[in-house]
Amino acid sequence: MDVHEYQAKELLGTFGVPVPKGAVAFSPDQAVYAATELGGWNWAVKAQIHAGARGKAGGIKLCKTYHEVREAAQNLLGKRLVTIQTGPEGKPVQRVYIEVAEPFDRELYLGYVLDRKTERIRVIVSQRGGMEIEEIAKKEPEMILQVIVEPAVGLQAFQARELAFNLGLSIKQVQGAVSTIMNAYRAFRDCDATMLEINPLVVTKDDRVLALDAKMSFDDNALFRRHHVADMHDPSQQDPREAQAAEHNLNYIGLDGEIGCIVNGAGLAMATMDMIKHAGGNPANFLDVGGGASPERIATALKLVLSDAKVRAVLVNIFAGINRCDWVAKGVVQACQTVDVKVPLVVRLAGTNVDEGRKILAESGLKLITAETLAEAADKAVAAWKSAA
Amino acid sequence: MSILIDEKTPIIVQGMTGDKGKFHTKEMMDYGSNIVGGVTPGKGGTTHAGLPVFNTVKEAVKQTGAQASITFVAPAFCADAIMEAADAGVALICSITDGIPAQDMMRVKRYMMRYPKANRPMLVGPNCAGIISPGKSMLGIMPGHIYLQGSVGVISRSGTLGYEAASQLKALGIGISTSVGIGGDPINGSSFLDHLQLFEDDPETEAVLMIGEIGGPQEAEASAWIKENMSKPVVGFVAGLTAPKGRRMGHAGAIISAAGDSAAEKAEIMRSCGLAVAPNPSEFGTTMAAVLSARGERRASA
Repeated sequence: MDVHEYQAKELLGTFGVPVPKGAVAFSPDQAVYAATELGGWNWAVKAQIHAGARGKAGGIKLCKTYHEVREAAQNLLGKRLVTIQTGPEGKPVQRVYIEVAEPFDRELYLGYVLDRKTERIRVIVSQRGGMEIEEIAKKEPEMILQVIVEPAVGLQAFQARELAFNLGLSIKQVQGAVSTIMNAYRAFRDCDATMLEINPLVVTKDDRVLALDAKMSFDDNALFRRHHVADMHDPSQQDPREAQAAEHNLNYIGLDGEIGCIVNGAGLAMATMDMIKHAGGNPANFLDVGGGASPERIATALKLVLSDAKVRAVLVNIFAGINRCDWVAKGVVQACQTVDVKVPLVVRLAGTNVDEGRKILAESGLKLITAETLAEAADKAVAAWKSAA
Repeated sequence: MSILIDEKTPIIVQGMTGDKGKFHTKEMMDYGSNIVGGVTPGKGGTTHAGLPVFNTVKEAVKQTGAQASITFVAPAFCADAIMEAADAGVALICSITDGIPAQDMMRVKRYMMRYPKANRPMLVGPNCAGIISPGKSMLGIMPGHIYLQGSVGVISRSGTLGYEAASQLKALGIGISTSVGIGGDPINGSSFLDHLQLFEDDPETEAVLMIGEIGGPQEAEASAWIKENMSKPVVGFVAGLTAPKGRRMGHAGAIISAAGDSAAEKAEIMRSCGLAVAPNPSEFGTTMAAVLSARGERRASA
């Protein structure tokens, strides 16, 4: 799960990571009020969306008067902001963050990630802040220093010192950097984060180290024990189809193709999409209905897939293990009776009780296209889409 | 022979008295697995399905001599259950549970490092369908009847895609020595590599099918090992050719987040390491059949 910049900063602040003073606003009035409360005459008004590269896309405005703050908030709120990370449809801006703009000397990079290769937390720093870390890694790999955290004892102060000294900081600045690196690690560990990026981490004119931007992602599997993180969820930043699917506990990812997919199991779902592509079509979505594909779940999944106007055919591919094909077949029939299916529906059943399942489909009187193998199912779905188009 | 389990392997079920535990205990017993007992804290001294239930894994191992365990334990408590089994000396731990926090798994992996490599427990999963040595024993949740006994080893991240492979092989009359699901989590117990090594040493296994997914370095590591060390032919596949970057495709670990994570890149690595890559997921069976017959011909001419 992703959170907004202001939420990540609030969280980091509670762990002792220094962040600029700021406040969130949902309207231009609130934005101006926040500016008066924060004080000073330099603010950054920042669009809050779950994507980076906002600056270049006009999502961050520096303001010197209340009038400018109001105008910036007015221009951002209610719009969709398109950055190189959002895709062409952009993300809706429903909140802006008003932050005291502090002058700084240097921009650094500080990142944490749950690394799959070492199966440990990896801490990454670079003197080149403000750029994408992938870009630095490609162009100037020597500017990156990393340490791996031993899970039994956690990040040690000597490791934080090594990182801080390598950032070329003065003794005075190193102290602040060490505590920032340690505290941000604690935030990462104690909130079950999977990614934390402070980019840039700036050094102010008066030698303080400050998190100017912050991006955090959290482990969905750990949200049950991180209620304060789970509460930060903002469904407006999700594809509406995905938000709807999440309400029904379905694993759905919207794509751009014409053939809707309903499959049990993540691996088989991906393979089904691959097979559609191989047959000359394009999948409209990823959808894993999970192990117990009950009639209700199949009906919900079917409704969801059909709510996508681009869908011209639907492929249901269920390999029944624990659940039996006859049961799944009943579910498909029941779903077709409750949902108005206007596009061709291809059903492939395999596994336990497959003959009974196919018999139920055949005797249902529904206009279903049935298939026995994965290849046949994909071919038939693509053919159905092409003849319907 | 087979790898990991056979009809003699004594198995305990952690979480045997829960709904899932009860259901799959019966399924495994019906298949012929040698289930010797179960563990549910607080239900020690009772019996289920005619088998003794214990409060701790240590007690269960002491009383039954169990060598393998399977966990049907809720995600919040599963890391603890795995470590308990390791501490009790269980050599093979299979975890079906989906949804264990990644940092919990990080600690589990670290905990396993306490044991010297020679007697470190083998953890299969989590978030997997388990292990089956067809005709002998099942330590998992798969439909046993789709597997034919034979000489192909199967390693798959995904459960249902593993079923798909088994049924394609069966349709062509090709049997399986052992099929292992390594699971779809970003940090999992055993890797492709661990099982490839076992299959290489298993006299009954002639060839191996490995089915990967987008995300993570395990497929590439395994391919490099195959190139250097494996004498038996390996058929490979990586699901997720159409998966967009940065999106989690169901499995917590199925996400393209780094260079080399995509299906196309991994398949290319497999090819360059000498694996026969199935062109699409409906050709696991035919690709394996071609590899086996080429091997048969080589043998006949030798």
